[in-house]
Amino acid sequence: MLQVFEARLFELVTGEIGSELVAGRIVMAISFREEVLEHSWYAIEWWCQRRIFIGNCYVVSLAMKIRRFPEVRSVELKWKPHFADFNLVPDGWGGYFYPWICEMARVYPLLEEIKLKRMVVTDECLELISKSFKNFKVLVLSSCEGFSTDGLAAIAANCRHCCMLFASWNLRELDLRESEVEDLSGHWLSHFPDSCTSLQSLNMSCLASEVNFSALQRLIARSPNLKTLRLNRAVPLEKLSTLLHRAPQLVELGTGAYSAEIRPNVYSNLAEAFSRCKELMGLSGFWDVVPSYLPAIYSVCSRLTSLNLSYATIQSPDVTKIVTQCPNLQSLSVLDYIEDAGLHALSLSCKDLRELRVFPSDPFVADANVSLTEQGLVAVSEGCLKLQSVLYFCRQMSNAALTTIAKNRPNLNCFRLCILEPRAPDYLTLEPLDNGFGAIVDHCKQLQRLSLSGLLTDLVFEYIGNRAKKLEMLSIAFAGDSDMGLHHVLSGCDSLRKLEIRDCPFGDKALLDNVSKLETMRSLWMSSCSVSLGACKRLSQKMPRLNVEVIDEQGDLDSRSDNSPVEKLYVYRTVAGPRLDMPSFIRNMDQNPTCRRYSLEKLFSE
Amino acid sequence: MSVSIKEHDYIGLSEANMEKQAYEMIYNNKDLNLKATELRLGLPGSESPEREVVVHGGAIKIMMAGAKRGFSDAINGGSRKWAYAGDGGQEVGSVKHSGQETDVSVSPVPALPERKTQVSAKPNRQISSPAPKQQVVGWPPIRSFRKNTMAVSQTKNEEEGDQKMGSGCLYVKVSMDGAPYLRKVDLEIYSCYLDLSSALEKMFSCFTIGQYGSHGVRTREGLSESRLMDLLHGSEYVLTYEDKDGDWMLVGDVPWDMFIASCKRMRIMKSSDAIGLAPRAMEKCRNRTEADNE
Repeated sequence: MLQVFEARLFELVTGEIGSELVAGRIVMAISFREEVLEHSWYAIEWWCQRRIFIGNCYVVSLAMKIRRFPEVRSVELKWKPHFADFNLVPDGWGGYFYPWICEMARVYPLLEEIKLKRMVVTDECLELISKSFKNFKVLVLSSCEGFSTDGLAAIAANCRHCCMLFASWNLRELDLRESEVEDLSGHWLSHFPDSCTSLQSLNMSCLASEVNFSALQRLIARSPNLKTLRLNRAVPLEKLSTLLHRAPQLVELGTGAYSAEIRPNVYSNLAEAFSRCKELMGLSGFWDVVPSYLPAIYSVCSRLTSLNLSYATIQSPDVTKIVTQCPNLQSLSVLDYIEDAGLHALSLSCKDLRELRVFPSDPFVADANVSLTEQGLVAVSEGCLKLQSVLYFCRQMSNAALTTIAKNRPNLNCFRLCILEPRAPDYLTLEPLDNGFGAIVDHCKQLQRLSLSGLLTDLVFEYIGNRAKKLEMLSIAFAGDSDMGLHHVLSGCDSLRKLEIRDCPFGDKALLDNVSKLETMRSLWMSSCSVSLGACKRLSQKMPRLNVEVIDEQGDLDSRSDNSPVEKLYVYRTVAGPRLDMPSFIRNMDQNPTCRRYSLEKLFSE
Repeated sequence: MSVSIKEHDYIGLSEANMEKQAYEMIYNNKDLNLKATELRLGLPGSESPEREVVVHGGAIKIMMAGAKRGFSDAINGGSRKWAYAGDGGQEVGSVKHSGQETDVSVSPVPALPERKTQVSAKPNRQISSPAPKQQVVGWPPIRSFRKNTMAVSQTKNEEEGDQKMGSGCLYVKVSMDGAPYLRKVDLEIYSCYLDLSSALEKMFSCFTIGQYGSHGVRTREGLSESRLMDLLHGSEYVLTYEDKDGDWMLVGDVPWDMFIASCKRMRIMKSSDAIGLAPRAMEKCRNRTEADNE
């Protein structure tokens, strides 16, 4: 009977609670439980569960996830809403990792991997991690905050007390991608003991402080399996060749600052070091680029599949020169300095391109500082037949261009367009961009992620609701005329999981008419819209399995009238009731949290 | 009986029990620096959506409920629109919020449904290029890491001697003694100390004033009436900042431009702790001016 439950079956992908797949598993699991009385539920789970992934916060409470599962090896938690990346979620909102790690330290002795996204992780957490798991291998902190380099020192040093017991230390991966770290000093790196030889991946690009270079050098030299190394800005270019000599096996490299005085020997050392890296496929970093040093990477260009120049403030001719030497490029991130001309050249050279991201060099300046328009994207959509994923910041767009892009690339699965000016119309006709985005959802039938911008009426949402049947994540800002917009989306998009909206005239009716939809979604974020406090309360009453959180930093939430608009609303499904760590400016609209929680307990206690 | 979303407690342990254990473990752990006063658990019948106690990084901190605005109104002169000056803020989707002050990290008051779809020409804004745009919180959607990185790059470019362009933003952390968590502010938004201080007062007033109405929970660190009066009238707290040299200075002692160029982070500290900061500021100012003139 145990064979029925594969190891993967108990993967609690809570983001998919409403979907058939997981619901099916759960239903089966429950009915199985009822049938098989002599086998304890726990025995089955105990045997099976290895990986825990929780895609949205607080869907299950801490208690429900943590239990004595000796088998758990990997935990992945994603916490704050996506809009937290843009400072829309106030500090103090939640997402504290500490209670989790306290429990995990107790009950998951074999834990090897922790991957966290948008959580608050403190130095105490890192210390606990470093002391609690003898097989710990992988730590990925993506867009997290709350810790300092002292915590990193603990991670680096962690086996001081156990290196007597074990032959070598196990850390394989330390990846701090874009986390906010309180950078006290670079000394943390020096805490990696000499016995640590297992490192495969190190990403410290988000740190500011200079690390001890010789400690870094020695660490790299004794890590024969190091495949990914992302340095921080403070590692000087003159020293990069020294590091590369010790790690010619690197597959992914993030440079430090790519600038130095023009010195021929520095250049030739660098070029020679790069040429020895025969496995190198991905490059990133490139802060403060001095263009004269760029040709040093030419020897690896033909092999590159991934190139991130999105911090490189180099002009179009220099960018173009590089990208046109990378025929195998699959993923490119650049600044808009590449301009239309560069994108055109890209479309002719990089026929394998799957993903393009173009970031704005000067987003807060009203007028264009570079010659990058919708034409650049059109060119890439024409020339790069495998293009699937687009993130494009620009200052003008037209329905015609969007329609062309859609027809060129029906295989798009991610289309995120950010026209810098909110509500900017089609610059040629001055009409809304409804038809353009309509064409996108019409032609790109596999579209899973879409971000809208520009001037848009309710019509675009009608198109989206009718056509975007595979759409899972939708981001909307400064768009729509009325509630119908939201209604179209909620009633039409069958696959919708995450919806985030800001500054749109969407209100109560659409929300309350589509309450059951919300339970099939992972989350809904609405800020600066027209949702009233009363509607939030009614929503919560109707849907006890949703957490309806109202965030309002103006204060006085308790004395507001039901008619008053809420600043920010975050709705997500849960079986755990209101979370316990809400700050004062957040209210859960649940009127009877106690009753619900205890009834769950009763149901499942043994 | 619908089963689809009846998520079972796999563990079978009572949920409240587990959380209680977790919190107790944290609470009782002597190694942790606890500022906790009282641990409040979700007991049946007294449940409230408000949580006075939060577990945050190992220390249980007190969350103050019920922010009142009286404090900042008393101190501050009039209301200020901190980022939507001038042209009514139509262009970037902000809506007038009728004279209310806004917290700096909160987007403007919700849009009202009467906004019409207009085929608008480019909205009026400062035309002189390269003028910095009016900033809307969180727009365009660019992560802080990128914004701050680009800001540093631009500063380096500016050292060539070009005219100064708004680099977009400059987020610094602001902590307050006794407050449970940090805030972040974008210094680029403000043009003078008065703007900055009134914004910070708004932001942190909810920490300085503790309220416990009907929930029957008290804290040992709650502020009394008389302390509140002190805050309104006096300067119980002062605003300080850490500059690029690692020194702590009083905010306001150096010219505004020098301040935003050198401020790494800020701290609202008790006046009693801030004694001795002022004289160094003078010295710094002098030293910097000398260095610039070399």
